[in-house]
Amino acid sequence: MNKITNRQVICDTLLEAAGTDEDIVVVCSDSRGSASLSAFAEKYPAQFVEMGIAEQNLVTVSAGLASCGKKVFAASPACFLSTRSYEQAKVDVAYSKANVTLIGISGGVSYGALGMTHHSCQDIAAFAALPDMRVYLPSDRFQTARLMEALLQDSLPAYVRVSRSATEDVYGEDMDFTLNRANVLMEGEDILLVACGEMVPAAFQAGKILQEKGCSVGLLDMYCVKPMDEETLLAAARKAKVVVTVEEHSPYGGLGSMVAQAISAHCPRKVVNLALPDGHLVGGTNTEIFAHYGLDAEGIARACQEAMEECNI
Amino acid sequence: MDELTKKAYRLRRDIIEEVYRSSAGHVGGDLSVIDILTVLYFRVMHVSPENWDSPDRDRFFLSKGHCADALYMVLGEKGFFDKQEAIETFSAYGSRFIGHPNTEVPGIEMNSGSLGHGLALGVGAALAAKMDGRDYRTYVVLGDGEMAEGSNYEAMMAASHYNLDNLCATVDWNRLQISGATRDVMCSDDLGEKFASFGWNVIPVEDGNDCGQLLEAYEQAAAVKGRPSVLIAHTIKGKGVSFMEDNKSWHHGVMTKEQYEAAVRELEEVCNE
Repeated sequence: MNKITNRQVICDTLLEAAGTDEDIVVVCSDSRGSASLSAFAEKYPAQFVEMGIAEQNLVTVSAGLASCGKKVFAASPACFLSTRSYEQAKVDVAYSKANVTLIGISGGVSYGALGMTHHSCQDIAAFAALPDMRVYLPSDRFQTARLMEALLQDSLPAYVRVSRSATEDVYGEDMDFTLNRANVLMEGEDILLVACGEMVPAAFQAGKILQEKGCSVGLLDMYCVKPMDEETLLAAARKAKVVVTVEEHSPYGGLGSMVAQAISAHCPRKVVNLALPDGHLVGGTNTEIFAHYGLDAEGIARACQEAMEECNI
Repeated sequence: MDELTKKAYRLRRDIIEEVYRSSAGHVGGDLSVIDILTVLYFRVMHVSPENWDSPDRDRFFLSKGHCADALYMVLGEKGFFDKQEAIETFSAYGSRFIGHPNTEVPGIEMNSGSLGHGLALGVGAALAAKMDGRDYRTYVVLGDGEMAEGSNYEAMMAASHYNLDNLCATVDWNRLQISGATRDVMCSDDLGEKFASFGWNVIPVEDGNDCGQLLEAYEQAAAVKGRPSVLIAHTIKGKGVSFMEDNKSWHHGVMTKEQYEAAVRELEEVCNE
């Protein structure tokens, strides 16, 4: 069981890069601890800006810093970053094409028991709708590291959502990674699973369950929700009979909506969207919430079987 | 009349041309803020087409972005682009001279127009200067109606927390906004006290349409160390065109041909004095 969180990986990547690049700046909103960025603040205090609990200011000040050549990484809980400071993200980061990477920590239902105020199940829909904003939900620690390394090399706006807890490994140190290219984890002809973020390990386990039952399963890790890798998606979807999307998000405007939009336009077939419901969510740990709504390996496998039965596969 | 004030009046004449041709813009605020912009761009700030690519240029953010019409005239006059193009195409289909500052127009640092963003952009630019040990200064111009936006107070807090003495804000305090008197819409009479309580050095400018007073205030601001400064510039909305002065209906009013001709006559009289 992996114990290293994706937020820790983000800090490690930034620590390594900041040593040779003084323009890298981390900005937090009393969130350095939650973001695992305390080590960065201690090692590079001159490259760390504390904004206090003021997410609007966090984002606009980050854009102001970027306008003067800084490479800014602004980290705050995804629930606040994607709602309280949404207009700042739209205007100051996306519209002005600022070199700011917004890091939404403790995304989705990471803060499960804290209630809806602390959930961010609308962030994909919100940020994907902003022109010039990219949306990434890396799955495991290896992919998170490669993604951060890639984002350090460019100067465009991005939103990265990570979970609070550690995610099971899907890849290894030698993983293939190309920015904006989905990772093909399984190839199959009955069903295609498309997942992002923390749902990828669960979908991977679900894929194994289905394979054991004799099903031919494909699985895509669509960590790059926007720009979505339509080429890889459509190539895999054309081989499959049913497509099932899995995301830690509302059923509207997220990965499922975007996958369905692409598939219905280019290679129509049944698309089933597994997501959190449009409603007040049950309280509990994220693991308990996932199980409750069928977003664990067994639930995903079950939903896939039902979808195949409906299609007489 | 001194040359700077005369320049501001000539720019008023340009603004009238621009907004009349387009039937767009925010003429009342343009005419209240134009002296502030003129003093900043022609006396105070070190920014021009020649040093635009230099990291040491002074930074400017127009937080009350709806007065882009006025800013375009100043930037055109400064040589960033052909001013006549802005006059002729302002708000027209396909024009880069849209109703709020945008970075497709040379001389604009960042897009703005949604109120309550400029001060925080300024905090970011001023922080970057401190980090890099650069001497440039950052100027932000806000409206008084805009001060109802809560994000301004987050930025005020941060500017003072980080002792940003390289940041200078100006509030174009013309006391009117789209619905009426700012005092009635959301009172900001004690704006100076608010800034002071947030740790800012506050410089009231009795006549914010007087270039001499503004220049003196900016010199004072630059001399203050350890904290940010703000000019509370008491201006008159619609200043320079008598029928527009202090009248809320000219927040974004559109002139008839007769009104346009009267405005031009009045402004040209001053310019030809």
